[in-house]
Amino acid sequence: MDLFDKFDALIAQKSSLPFEKADPFKVVMDKVLSETVAIIEGRETILAGTNNYMGMTFNEEAIAAAKEALDNYGTGTTGSRVLNGTYSGHKGLEKTIADFYGMDHCMVFSTGYQANLGMISTLGGVDDYVIIDADSHASIYDGCAMGNATIVRFKHNDIESMEKRLKRLPAEAGKLVVVESLYSMLGDAAPLKELLETAKKYGCTTLVDEAHSMGFCGEKGRGLCEELGVEHLADFIVGTFSKSVGTVGGYCVSNHPKFDVLRLVCRPYMFTASLPPSVVASATASIKALERSGNRRAHLWENARRLHAGLKAAGFTLATETASSPIIAVCLPDPLIATKFWEKLLLNGVYVNMALPPATPAGYNLMRVSVCAQHTTEQIDEITRRFIATAEELGLNVKAA
Amino acid sequence: MANAQTLDRIFELVAPFNKKGIELQADTTFATDLDLDSLTVMDLVAEIEDAFDIILPLNLLPELETIEQVAAAVDRIVADND
Repeated sequence: MDLFDKFDALIAQKSSLPFEKADPFKVVMDKVLSETVAIIEGRETILAGTNNYMGMTFNEEAIAAAKEALDNYGTGTTGSRVLNGTYSGHKGLEKTIADFYGMDHCMVFSTGYQANLGMISTLGGVDDYVIIDADSHASIYDGCAMGNATIVRFKHNDIESMEKRLKRLPAEAGKLVVVESLYSMLGDAAPLKELLETAKKYGCTTLVDEAHSMGFCGEKGRGLCEELGVEHLADFIVGTFSKSVGTVGGYCVSNHPKFDVLRLVCRPYMFTASLPPSVVASATASIKALERSGNRRAHLWENARRLHAGLKAAGFTLATETASSPIIAVCLPDPLIATKFWEKLLLNGVYVNMALPPATPAGYNLMRVSVCAQHTTEQIDEITRRFIATAEELGLNVKAA
Repeated sequence: MANAQTLDRIFELVAPFNKKGIELQADTTFATDLDLDSLTVMDLVAEIEDAFDIILPLNLLPELETIEQVAAAVDRIVADND
């Protein structure tokens, strides 16, 4: 018995996709010229699918801080945070993030994935309930699978569906409600205020994943909780450095008085090496810069609205009515057209993410665009033009509104 | 064995998801016979939960392959709640 036999259906499905000159799972960036342009297969390509929302990957202060940390602390810590892997930089970064949120505690994880994995699996014990949105990110589902709690799922962003389920749970049980603020695939925003208020009404502890909203939602860029004025309803906020912060890593902030005990019980925190000092230094510099990046935030939203309007005017079907985030998802009729569209668009010099069922909600076939604050207005218009040209080349019936 | 009434109610709830129009039996499987993907299963689970006013935890789903198994699980959960 070959252990790989179980993947035969997937291998067959993948090889049935009619890619000719490019494969969305094998894209290689040979050179990265800036936050928004890379060389792929010799072609200069506009990057419009990298989640680099705030364009911090080439931030001068972050790069200078990383270089200095490399010189002073070396390339890696070679150890767990609870052994030899905590340098002054790690403590400094945690203080920076706690101050940024105005919260008492922060724990930094080696990835955003591990932050969700660790928080959910550790908080949800055997007698507890974890209540999640059906469209949750894999890191949330995996955190549920790793822990021992009973997992309850409600319909995506559906307050009534959540409340019905909360009513059925024992009043005295430990309950953790986990929601995201912006959902990655469609870029749709959660009705956070209503969800969190309902959760609190039923005595739940709440965790909000701000991975796709930190940096550009709210006046200081703390996320959708800040924007909606509901930070006091979130007991834990989880975030990542791999999007708006422009590097890699994850964090959780909280005011819970016993928060620090998690460092001794949270396995995805303990049983892995800590972040390299250079990453820690660039994340620290980047978050400090983000706090005072009001203009950049404004430009990002302008870009998102401009692209949404441009594609809508050209007749494309978009997953959200308005630009509710820098994620603009274009819906195509079927996987075959999506496959061809993605490939042609890349050959036309625009990189976006292709997302197909079952990875997408409601069976959508998506060209998922993520806009960057460093995209110029000209680049945004160029992306729109190349979408239109690609549709024409494929004879796709896109009618201008 | 599941309660006959429960089984009948589950048949009713599954019927709208029976896009292939096969004859529903107690041993009909969701994945193979009904060809339901994970998203559709999620909708069906929500219907069952609301019909019986219970929670069918996500942890339980991998063990529930047939209509009979779901009906038996529903009976157990309803009994536990009383």
